[in-house]
Parts: sequence; C-alpha cells; structure tokens
Amino acid sequence: MEYTERLSNVSVLGAAGKMGSGILLLSALEVADQMLKPENKDKHFVVNAVDVTSSALPGLMKYIRAQVLKAAEKKTVLLRKLYAGRKDLIENSDIIGAYIEDVMGIIRPGIRIEAAYESTLIFEAVSENAGLKTRLFNQINENNPNKPWFFTNTSSVPIGGLDKEAGLDGRILGFHFYNPPAVQKLVELITTPSNSNGMKEFALQLAKNMRKVVVPSNDIAGFIGNGHFMRDALYGINQATVLSSDMPLHEAIYAINRISQDYLMRPMGIFQLIDYVGVDVVRFIMNVMNPYMADENLHSPLLDQLFEVGVKGGQFADGSQKDGFLKYEKGKPVAVYSPEKGAYIPVSDFANSVDTWLGTLPESVLSWKNLVKAPNKEMLAAKAFSDLKTFQEKGAAMAVQYARHSREIGMKLVSDGVAVTAEDVNTVLLTGFFHAYGPINDFVV
Amino acid sequence: MKPSKKIFMIAGYNTISMGTGRKEFNPRKERPGLEHYIKEAGEGTIRQIGGGEHVDEGVVGNFMASRFNKQAHLGAFLGMIDPSLRLKPATRVEGACASGGLALVTGIKSALAGSAEVVLALGVEVQNTVKAIYGADILAGAGWFQRRKEGHAYFFPGQFSDRAGVYFEKYGRDKSRKAFARWYRNAVENARLCPTAQEFENKTADLEVLALTEPNPKSFTDHLNVFDCSKVSDGASAIAIVTEEGLNRCGVALKDAVEVVGIGHATDDLTALPADPTRLDTVAHAVKIALESAGITASDLATVETHDCFTIAGILGVEAIGLAPQGKGADFVLDGHTARDGKIPFNTTGGLIGWGHPTGATGVHQAVTIWEQFTGKAGDAQISIPADRPYGLTINMGGDDRTVVAIVYKKTV
Repeated sequence: MEYTERLSNVSVLGAAGKMGSGILLLSALEVADQMLKPENKDKHFVVNAVDVTSSALPGLMKYIRAQVLKAAEKKTVLLRKLYAGRKDLIENSDIIGAYIEDVMGIIRPGIRIEAAYESTLIFEAVSENAGLKTRLFNQINENNPNKPWFFTNTSSVPIGGLDKEAGLDGRILGFHFYNPPAVQKLVELITTPSNSNGMKEFALQLAKNMRKVVVPSNDIAGFIGNGHFMRDALYGINQATVLSSDMPLHEAIYAINRISQDYLMRPMGIFQLIDYVGVDVVRFIMNVMNPYMADENLHSPLLDQLFEVGVKGGQFADGSQKDGFLKYEKGKPVAVYSPEKGAYIPVSDFANSVDTWLGTLPESVLSWKNLVKAPNKEMLAAKAFSDLKTFQEKGAAMAVQYARHSREIGMKLVSDGVAVTAEDVNTVLLTGFFHAYGPINDFVV
Repeated sequence: MKPSKKIFMIAGYNTISMGTGRKEFNPRKERPGLEHYIKEAGEGTIRQIGGGEHVDEGVVGNFMASRFNKQAHLGAFLGMIDPSLRLKPATRVEGACASGGLALVTGIKSALAGSAEVVLALGVEVQNTVKAIYGADILAGAGWFQRRKEGHAYFFPGQFSDRAGVYFEKYGRDKSRKAFARWYRNAVENARLCPTAQEFENKTADLEVLALTEPNPKSFTDHLNVFDCSKVSDGASAIAIVTEEGLNRCGVALKDAVEVVGIGHATDDLTALPADPTRLDTVAHAVKIALESAGITASDLATVETHDCFTIAGILGVEAIGLAPQGKGADFVLDGHTARDGKIPFNTTGGLIGWGHPTGATGVHQAVTIWEQFTGKAGDAQISIPADRPYGLTINMGGDDRTVVAIVYKKTV
C-alpha cells in the first residue's frame, strides 16, 4: 500500500482532546493535500474524528474550521494553482471557501469506535491509560480487515508492550506530538524492532509533510521528552522541599520556580510548566513510567498531596491556565499554593524577601525572550553560566546545580539508550520545550 | 491640459497613514473608520482657509470603500466634516489608485469652469478592515475582472512582479534588485522624517540588506518581496483648490500656495495587456502632456512624487518621465539621483512605500507633499528648491498603468 492509499481512511481516536484535535487538523490537512492532487481526483478520502464525548464534537468542528481557514489564508498562492481548473472560483475568498469545504468534507465526526473498522491508519490520542489503549487497539484490530497501522501519541507508555498486549504484530509505533500539535514542530518517533521498514518510512514522510522535526527515541517509558521533564520536575520539587527548611514551602516553590525560569533562562519555571501540563497529568505520567525504572523512584508525595486536595492545574477549554502550584491572573502567576495552609499566598507578600535571599542576578543572564531570539544564543548562554558559576549568591549557586542536574538527566537518556545522541536530547528540549539552549552543554561542566 | 486661468492649491493636510509599522496599529483592536479619516483631513484643511463656509464644492476620491467598508455615497460625508459644508455640492470620483488624482483634476476643472472658486479635494481609503489576502481580491478590481482568475493570489504584486521579471531579463537582475533595494532605503529614510508616515518609526539598521531578501514564489511573487511593495494603509489627505478669487476669499498668502501649471490625465484600455511590460506608456503620455502644458521639460523639475506602489513602478516611473533612458532607470537610482540629496529628490516624505498607500488618498497626499515642500512646511523632511527649477511633478497611477493623473506645480514666491 503506497503513501496516498495509506491515507485514504484515517481515524483519530480521542479527536476532541487537546492533542487529538491538533492531530485531527494536521491529518485532515495532509489528506486534503493528497486529495487535491490531480492524479487523485477520483479517489475517496475519509478522516474519522472519534471521541466518546459527544458534546465536544460541535466545538471540535468549529475549531478545525477556524484552523483550516488560517491554513488556507497562508497558502492561497498554492491553492490558486490547485483550484485553477475550477472556473467558478475566482477570488481568493472563493478559493479559500472551497478549500475549507473540501477539508471539512473529509472529516466525519462521531462517537463510535466502529468508524475505525475500515481505516488504514489510526492515530490514537486517548488518555494515558495503557489498559484503555490496549482494549481499543485490540477491538479495532479484530474487526478491521485492512491490517491498519496504529500511530499512538502516548508520551510515556512503552510501545512494545502495547503491541504485545493488543496483538498487533508490529503494526504500532509511537508518533508523539507536542502540545499544541498544530504549532509545535517536534515529533518524537518511537519505533520498535517489530516495525516494518515501510511503516517507518511512511512515518518519516508523514512527519515531513506535516513540517515536523523528527527525533527518534527508543522504546523506553517516557521517551526523551518526558524522560527529561519528569526527572527535571522531580528535581525541582525535591529542591523546594529541601529549601523549605529555610523558608515556608510556598516561598521555596516560588524560589525554585524563579531559579528554573529567570536564572536558567527558560520560557517558564518548572512549577509553571507542571501546572501547564497538569499536576494530575505529571503525577499520572510518573506513575506510568515508574514501574519501568529499575534504579530510581519517579514519585512525588507533594504531587499526591496536591492531587488529593484537587489542585490540578491544566487548562480551561479556552486555553487559559487553571490554578495549580501557582495561581494565575491573565496567564501570569500571582500567588503560590501553600500545602500547609491549604490556600494561595500572594506573591507580593514574600517576593522581596525571597528575592533578597536568592541574591542578585548577573547582568549577562538574559530573559528567555531576549536570549531565544539572539543570533548568538549559545555564546550568550555560555557567558551567563560562566558568570553564574563565579557569582557568590545563593540563587546563582542553586541555578548552576539545577543546570548540572538537567545535563545529567540528558546524558543518562543517552547512556540508557533512550536517545541515540546528545543532539537528539537537545533538539527535543529546544523544539518541544522551547528552551534557548540544550541541556547537554559545556556551560556548567 | 494647460489651465486657462490661475489655479492654486493651499491648506494641505494628511492624517497618519495607519497600518503595520505604526505602533498605534493593532489589527486585533477596533480602529477608526472612514468617517474618522474624512473628518480629520477635511477639518485639517478648512481650518487653514477660514472655515467651511469658504468652500464652494467638495470632491472625494476613493477607490473601494464599497468593499473595504461596505460604504458607498462618499460625497455625502462632506456635511459631516463641518456643518458649514452641508448642502454644498459634493461628488465622489473613482479611478482605482488614481482616485485621489481624479479628485484633484475634477476640482481643478470645476475651478476652471467657473462653477467654484474654492474646492475641497479629499482622498480617503481605509483598507485594514480585511486581511491582506482578501484585500488583494478587492484591489484586483483595479484590473479587468475577466483576468482575475488567471492572476496571482496577490493580484497587483503579481502584475508588477511580471513586469519586474521582464525588466530583469532585458536589463539584468542583479542591478535591478539592487536598485529596488536602494529605492526602498530612500523611501524609508524619507519616511523617518515625516511624523505621519507609516514607516516613520522604522528602526531597521540596514535597509538595503533587508530589501535584498530573495523573493519567495511559494508564499508571494516570483520577482518581488514584501519590501518591494507598498503596505496596506488607512488614511486621508485633503487640500483646497482655489482660483485667485478663492485665494483672496480664504485669506491665504500667495507664499503659502502652489500654482498648478500643467495637467496630464490619460486612461488606456483596461482589457488590454501592456504592449511592453518594461514601459509605463500611460504614465509617459500623461507626464508628457503635463510637462508640455506647463511649458517645461523634466530637467526643470526640483522634485517628483511618483506612484511607487512597487519598487519596479518607481524605477519605470523614472524612465517614463524621461529622466533616464529605458533600462537605465535602475542606474539613475543607484547613482543616487533620486535620493533626498540627489539631483532630483523623489518622494520626499516616503512615497507609497515609505509614507503609505491608502489607495484613494494617495493622489491628494502627493499634492500635499509638493505643497509642503514649496511653501516651506515640510518640517524635518524639507528639501531646498533651486531657484532655477521651481517646479514639482506628481504622478498618480490607477491599476497597472491604466488611469494616470500627472500634475506640474510651480513655487509661487
């Protein structure tokens, strides 16, 4: 089965979710690109958008329509060529409208898994539950005569296990997008020895057509992205706990969040990142990964504590941030959760004293925003860390330790065989997490 | 056309040319509409002539408010500017991007015909109501609609990209692209001297390097990049066209007026393709008439405001005026002759690329710039006008060289 035929009937499972909706969009756009090729004009294409939450489907279709409009407006020069034969479409607005109708015409929203029984390719983006995933794969595989390929978006569950449990004979690989899939450039591609070459080649071609940067990762729970993030998060949480002997825990959380953002020149602090992903999701991923970790314990009692009192972070349907470790107003942290008091304490109550305790920052430490757009960011980051190393302030010393630990996590991912090269680890952090420099560097050696 | 009696322009006024590049511009927020710009420009002019009661007639130049703003009947906005203008005759004229020039010509003809001594000529366009990709559809109305289907998504950039492509083939790509980049640099450097210009706040250090960005045919045109193009603008300009009697009525001194001494107005078949894409024949014709009717040659000009909707149009304009032979316009620009310290400064407040191109307003804006320069009101953008060359020229072009208004002005004192 060649590339186009493989895309003739695609299903996206969990299509109304945060990841699923983006995967649906990218799939539909790619399928439409195939459909609009003159040689495919007589072929039929379908993308099933499957989600159990029926009430979410109208909103999903609205989202997709708005995104397809945006995509069409960006590629109207090409679309005019593709629709050159349609004499009734004259103005850009006519052509953009026709393209939207064509893309939307491919998508079939629905709540029933049976839709996937005729698919040739299945994207899975349901919740991170190995049992659920196995059940769905198994059911589809038993009822689908096409021997479909399963591309799972799991960020933590080993692929080999899913393959074996669901009896897929190597017809599954990890195709892990980053959030939001329509914007983030990174795809972690997790293949197993059972995958056919044709399947791997197809996956690479698909990622290329979706304009993604592909980083191969070996099939070890958490892969590269979460392999780094979960350990980095755990380190941050543990550092805050240690620091809480010097100050209340909420102040320590503020301090570590500042160190991991302002001092390390990252787009957000580690606690804000945990909130962004979701306290519950991070805890869940650690729980998924932990059984596979022989020599370490990926578990945080503090995450359990927050989860139990319902402090979960994540996002509202409109994309705005829910409160987690931090409380947000217009997307900016304004207070920190105190596990002791069970309440948020305004940052303004303690920021000055904690900032004084941390000490001043070297001038060479730039904001992430300024560093990331600088043409010579490697050089600037090296200078900042060289100053941090010699600065006699508590915050600077903790930042250097933090960066060293992040580097060790990266190196371990390579030595454990999760990542093939150090460069792959850096690419994941640069493109998937928008860091301005890779964790495996010489700055803090 | 040689004016049969003395005609002057006075009391010019420009609003800001609003759009990307201006820090006040936020495409996500609600912005002033047509009415705001018409009122601001109209008031700006009548304030300088002792009030609207001195005005006999109004002419509004506008291209496509009917689509950009879903608004027609612009002549009837005159009374909104000031109650003193209510019940006066007013007309809206349209000739694509030459609509502003047509407003001037129409006003001049009224004054010559004796039906008005003072005409308020106003040009306006508010284009940021739609994204550029849809604006391109609207602006394509300046071409023949039967050719829209075969045209580029960005229709007019596509037309002038085709002209540039032939120019490259005939006269060399490298030299031409360098001349485009110099044109862009001159435009922005001049705009930085004019507070109402869209590029007034442009801080780019090396403008020529930026302008030499390779065109990307996948997302735009084959031969032009975005820096070769004027931007999408909202704005209005106004000026008063007066006879000697009108000048006295308004109480404006002769030194604060420019005289209109020659007019060339030409149109060509909208359904025809250009005979030679490396020539602007209609521009050349209109300029010839304007210069001849003024009794001067191109070498008598102190400054020119030409219709540089694209850098290539700027270069072809230089050749159409006769300042450089065919194929040598690029050299003329690269030799620095069109820069503000050159032999004949062009577009001294930035032109369409630097100041902005609110399409229907552009022709009037050009007249306002000449009026400012010849009456010492150009502020930081002021150039010196040689005593032996007291003439200025404006060229306002509609569509792809289809409607052209060229006017020759003379310094009065």
